[in-house]
Amino acid sequence: MSASTPTNAPAQVLRPDRKRNRLGYNILALVTAAIMAFPVYWLIVSSLRPNHEIRSYDQTLWPSSLTFDNFARAVKQDNFATAIQSSLIVSVTAVVGGMIIATLAALAIGRFRFFGRKALMMIMILVQMLPPTAMLIPIYLQLNALGGIDEYWGLIVVYLVSTLPFATIMIRGFVINIPVELEESAMVDGCTRMGAFRRVIFPLLAPGLAAASIFALVNAWNEYLFAYILINDNSKYTLNVWLMTFTTERGTDYGALMAASTLISIPVVIFFMIIQGKMATGLTSGAVKG
Amino acid sequence: MTAADTQAAGPPVPVPRVPEKTGTSPSKQETAGPRPKKRRKKGELLPYFLILPAILAIAAVYVYPLIKTVIMSFQDLGRAALWGNGETPWVGFEQFTNILGDPEFWSVVGRTVVFMTVCVVLTMGIGLLIALMMLRLSTWVRLVLTVALIAAWSMPLMVAASVFRWLSDSDYGLINTLLADLTGNEDRWLGHNWFLNPWQGFGIITLLVVWGAIPFVVITMYAALTQVPKELEEAASLDGASAFGVYRFVTWPVIKPVFTMVATLSVIWDFNVFGQIWLLRGNKPEPDYETLGLYSFSKAFESTSFSQGSAIALITVLMLSGVAVYYLRQLIKTGEVE
Repeated sequence: MSASTPTNAPAQVLRPDRKRNRLGYNILALVTAAIMAFPVYWLIVSSLRPNHEIRSYDQTLWPSSLTFDNFARAVKQDNFATAIQSSLIVSVTAVVGGMIIATLAALAIGRFRFFGRKALMMIMILVQMLPPTAMLIPIYLQLNALGGIDEYWGLIVVYLVSTLPFATIMIRGFVINIPVELEESAMVDGCTRMGAFRRVIFPLLAPGLAAASIFALVNAWNEYLFAYILINDNSKYTLNVWLMTFTTERGTDYGALMAASTLISIPVVIFFMIIQGKMATGLTSGAVKG
Repeated sequence: MTAADTQAAGPPVPVPRVPEKTGTSPSKQETAGPRPKKRRKKGELLPYFLILPAILAIAAVYVYPLIKTVIMSFQDLGRAALWGNGETPWVGFEQFTNILGDPEFWSVVGRTVVFMTVCVVLTMGIGLLIALMMLRLSTWVRLVLTVALIAAWSMPLMVAASVFRWLSDSDYGLINTLLADLTGNEDRWLGHNWFLNPWQGFGIITLLVVWGAIPFVVITMYAALTQVPKELEEAASLDGASAFGVYRFVTWPVIKPVFTMVATLSVIWDFNVFGQIWLLRGNKPEPDYETLGLYSFSKAFESTSFSQGSAIALITVLMLSGVAVYYLRQLIKTGEVE
């Protein structure tokens, strides 16, 4: 293909060309950045602008004045406090439990060769590709039979297990990067296997564990479908389901909805910034945003 | 954000390993060395104890429900039977023949496939172009773009959907205001309801899906692109290859495995799109907006025909299993499942 269009760009000519090109690419990139960030900007601006501007047929890109009225309305919405509580209880419990189980499994997969090891990894990768709705029906029916509807534990179990596969695969990645020799020399020096894990492996694994748990936390915090189906009691709504209460038959209070959304997103964004470098990795295991 | 970062956790999407740069990739030789022989007989049961909790958990929340889905789709589970008195009748393939004989099902399948294809093509195309562009930027511009991508990426789906619903609101949405201003045709655009016509509605939904998926694609593809040896590209262009030729014969072969993986994942994700449609349509999508996931959901939870819903979900799983197996084979080929 290149043979048919020979040498119309010799190397010497490339240099000045490249400079001009770079300016063009820079401008294009800034436009792209503006487009990608625009919904984020619109979220924040809409939450801060006065309500008469929101209910206006002439939307302006820049607010005439800033106000916290929307936030006040959002916070006063029924069940805000209980929704925070529900979200915290469910996601933190699920993440702590999930991380313990995932770390054990990751150590086994990363450190030992045993029968069924590859099969286990493949199963972990495959189950993440199951459509959520395929899981929703049987899980709903089963929890219903066990009395787990409207109970935190039902949701906790679901979140715990749904973070398990990718957390295991992610932590295993960190485990195999810790040289076995470190562990072995600790054991030669008289540590038990447990001691070697506690004194040598765990400190090295800690950053990876932190990344994996933040990742799991963000996932649990953002989940809404199972929360919507499995929790019907208003006072046990998680934050995402609570967001839906801003839409009523009379329409949507967009100002308050945007303010509430901003509040919910803040912890996610902060956590996300912390682990963004490792995000690509976790996401490829297919766990998030489908 | 560097390739080394993404390598750290052994990603199922492999960043190509270039022999010259072994420093950035922990290669298999180091990790898979003498370990298996060193394990003593005594420790042989230990790994099974370690994976036991994970296996139980996955069996309870993934495998068992999947089996139950299969069982339910061969039964007729009226809501009455749900609330007690046992005995759910077996109906063999009746659910499946009903579903497969229903023209509505086929139009849902067609809609899902078209929607998935459009989303994947747009996501991968735009994503690859942005990633290629990122190689040619000044450092600070690249930083700005990365921050914008991460900001978009970190938006919870629920929140992003609310913003897009607000942007496309028929009365007070920004999109309508901008279109009215740009075209000068206020009657046409002010108060325009984007979701009346499913084609336009799916346009907005596609926008949301593609916007949400681009950051991941760009960041992964960019990590792969930085692994392409500079010397090879320069050598090729010195030898007279055009820019496209360099891309086609030097860059593409290196990033192809990553591209294939990300594309395969996108196919699976976009086939399963649920939340974006569900949330933009205010939790009650009209039949015109149903993709396979929503169709199964509404059969199960709106019409309370759980058996029909399960059967549709099972058909979806079977349709996707080919793609999933292909993805798994790619992973095995690149040695990620080691």
